[in-house]
Amino acid sequence: MLHLVLFYIFAFLCVAGAVNLLAQRHPINSALSLIVVMGSLAVLYLLLGAEFVAAIQVIVYAGAVMVLFVFVIMLLNAGEEEHSNASRVAVYVGVPALIALAALVVYGLLHNTPTAGVQLAIGEFMGGVKPIANLLFRDFLLPFEVTSVLILIAIMGAVVLAQRGED
Amino acid sequence: MSDHLHLWLIPLLPLAGAFINGLFGRRFSNRVVSAIALASTAASFGLAAWTAMQFAHMPASDIPYHRDYAPWIIAGGFQADFGVYLDQLSLVMILVVTGVGFLIHVYSVGYMAHEGGYYRFFSYLNLFMFFMLTLVLASSYLLMFVGWEGVGLASYLLIGFYFHKDSAANAGKKAFIVNRIGDFGFLIGMFLLIQKFGTLNYDYVFSHVANMPLEGHSAGFLTAVALLLMVGACGKSAQLPLYVWLPDAMEGPTPVSALIHAATMVTAGVYMVARSNAIFSRAPLALTVVAVVGLATAFFAATIGMAQNDIKRVLAYSTISQLGYMFLACGVAAYSAAIFHLMTHAFFKALLFLSAGSVIHALSGEQDMRHMGGLRKKIPWTFAVMTVGTFAIAGTPYLAGFYSKDDILWKAYSTPFYGHWSLWLVGVLTAGITAFYMFRLWFMTFFGESRVPEHVDEHGHDEHGHGGHVHESPWVMLAPLVILAALSIIGGYLGVPEILAKATPTIGGPDAIHHFLAPAVGSEPEEHALPPKAESAAALATAEHAQEAEHKMEMMLTGASVAAALIGFLLAWLLYWQRTDLPEKITSQIGGVYRLVRDKYRIDELYGHLFVKPLVENISTNLLWKQIDVGTIDTLVNDAAAGAQELSRRTRRMQSGNIRSYAGWVALGAAAVVAFMVWMGMQ
Amino acid sequence: MVPLSYYLVLSAVLFCLGVAGFLIKRNVITIFMSIELMLNAVNLTFVAFSAQLHKLSAQVFVFFVMVVAAAEAAVGLAIIIAIFRSRQTLNVDKVDLLKL
Repeated sequence: MLHLVLFYIFAFLCVAGAVNLLAQRHPINSALSLIVVMGSLAVLYLLLGAEFVAAIQVIVYAGAVMVLFVFVIMLLNAGEEEHSNASRVAVYVGVPALIALAALVVYGLLHNTPTAGVQLAIGEFMGGVKPIANLLFRDFLLPFEVTSVLILIAIMGAVVLAQRGED
Repeated sequence: MSDHLHLWLIPLLPLAGAFINGLFGRRFSNRVVSAIALASTAASFGLAAWTAMQFAHMPASDIPYHRDYAPWIIAGGFQADFGVYLDQLSLVMILVVTGVGFLIHVYSVGYMAHEGGYYRFFSYLNLFMFFMLTLVLASSYLLMFVGWEGVGLASYLLIGFYFHKDSAANAGKKAFIVNRIGDFGFLIGMFLLIQKFGTLNYDYVFSHVANMPLEGHSAGFLTAVALLLMVGACGKSAQLPLYVWLPDAMEGPTPVSALIHAATMVTAGVYMVARSNAIFSRAPLALTVVAVVGLATAFFAATIGMAQNDIKRVLAYSTISQLGYMFLACGVAAYSAAIFHLMTHAFFKALLFLSAGSVIHALSGEQDMRHMGGLRKKIPWTFAVMTVGTFAIAGTPYLAGFYSKDDILWKAYSTPFYGHWSLWLVGVLTAGITAFYMFRLWFMTFFGESRVPEHVDEHGHDEHGHGGHVHESPWVMLAPLVILAALSIIGGYLGVPEILAKATPTIGGPDAIHHFLAPAVGSEPEEHALPPKAESAAALATAEHAQEAEHKMEMMLTGASVAAALIGFLLAWLLYWQRTDLPEKITSQIGGVYRLVRDKYRIDELYGHLFVKPLVENISTNLLWKQIDVGTIDTLVNDAAAGAQELSRRTRRMQSGNIRSYAGWVALGAAAVVAFMVWMGMQ
Repeated sequence: MVPLSYYLVLSAVLFCLGVAGFLIKRNVITIFMSIELMLNAVNLTFVAFSAQLHKLSAQVFVFFVMVVAAAEAAVGLAIIIAIFRSRQTLNVDKVDLLKL
């Protein structure tokens, strides 16, 4: 019961934040809404028993990635969005396609997913640090190392790209 | 069977000459070119003469002499070979073709001496000899058709020899196209033969045709074939309605007119009909058509010849008319008479054309008889030989034309046709007209006051580069004329009919040529032998009586035709020497009719209106060019290109560079994929 | 108990809102944030299934998704800075030529 209520509240927050992201004209407002979405998602992860993932969500996503976004918005002094509409395709083809996509996915999910609920109690965490670390550093060691290389490359790329050109 | 005659050399020697002159002649001097051309033709003639001598000793079983050298076409069940076929008929033809051809080559050396394209002329002339000899020596209809087409080609090349002149080029085209119409009929005839017999070889076809029944009054297969072959002959030998090319063909140099359009090419049709006598003799309907066409052409052309003023045109219409006589002879199944007339005609028509060329040459290019006159003292040799030719063609006794023409007229009369006398009557009438227009030509050219324009007489320089005054031709041109004149006299003695045998010199006895040709053309000469087993003296007496009546008839008819010729002569004498003012008065009296005849009955204009104009304007230009080629095909191609451009122009807009539109398309694609997956899930 | 499908539907809705943001918004940074939203939606799906099926490997996958998302955000924002420097605009409709 509590589970359901909590789910509803934070699901509502997610969707509200996402809608707000679309509705706001200034990117900084959109960024803040996205932070709200991420926070709500972290709670949902906790409800699903994934404590490690929830922690990382907050630390990495909301704490680092979004901070980066905010920094860039401030750096570039992004203003309110202009009104230009150069693409009729995006609106007239994309939006109906999107609605169709949403309808299809929802239909597919509702008709094919087993209706059994998620059998977890509140506070029953299965995704603790130790089990995940076991998986990460044993079974998924190679992808882990590869991602570290990926991050290295990303750092180098970001540094190069953001450099001012020699003038 | 050994090939001891090596007949293949006869056509191939001129081909070699044509080849050498054609490829290298540009660098040779005129002497070398003429040496090559004359040598190859002379060698051909020598070989033909040698063949004739061998022929005399050949056993009858070996005739016809047929040798196949190499297979040519092997397609399914049909086979055609390169082969030669020699019998009496082709022997006569090769002698005529090579002999007269050689004389004309010699003449051309003089006539064309100052013309440009000398090597080209002799190359084409030799090429023509090759094709003509192939035509007469061929062992199958297919090989004959090769020669048939080839002489048409050579004729086109030679008529249009002065290709800078529009009129010459057009005349060459006209000749070729009209010939082609005839060839179409010939081809269909050949296709029918292939369908029935599976081959076109003479041996096979004729022996099988001999087993087929006579097609009485009903037309059947043989009639169809014969009529189609006749269409081909009409085209090649300038009979109604396909004669229109021959007068225009006079645009070519005069030796060409002499060789091709008088002596040899136009006679190919007659040869073909004579060769196919087995087919024609079994299709009486076709024979009637041949005779009627020939006679009508003879009369028709003679009337036109009366009103022409160009000396070569008169001779051209005369040729058409004489060819009509030959077809008349074929049409009454007197094939040997036709060949006899072919031979004598070759002699005197070549003579007439070449002497006309000599006259033209003497006058530095003048061809209109109204500008001639009084030439007999200035060019005596030409006058002499032309006189022989004119008298010969008119049918003067003791000259060649008399015997051959009367032969035809007698055979026309005595044939068991209904209304055979009408054939004879029109024939005699035509003979009279022939005499008239030939003597008209003779008088206008050589007698009376000189109407030659002054610039020619005194100081014109023509394209031949001579100084202006009227001058006799060089001996290289006169020698062949003299030889031809001699032949025009004695040539007739090969076919003297029996009733005259005592009064005339003969070569080889009476009806020599008919006896000679009989095995080849299947027609027996008049048998005047008494019936073998006379039952009683009374029967014998009746037979003799009948024969005497026949002889009397023949004499009478001969007399009638001589009389017609005499009337023609007198008329011409009156109008063109004695009272030269009369023609003007007469033509002004019958103005419209005269103009109609002078304008060749406006047949060319009629054909132009009926056939040429619709074909060229409506079909070729409007339909085929404007609608189909430009309208459909070009439009199709252009529209395809334009369509591709349009398509790419529209598709290009997808690559706008706008990220959001890309996203839109991606969303669409994603929706499609998901839809597909959901649909798969539902299956 | 919350049915699994609820989580999945929520995830789908978030994803579609992310796509909508991509299509509708004109500021390039906002578009980028929509992409992050999409990635988060996918993460939610993974975690939901992990809880349902009691498999932890899905959560490891979420970990990797986050790593990649972070790297991508870093590089992408660097690119946006570079574009801003040359075009002086953050309006994606104005950046439609390939050449910089």
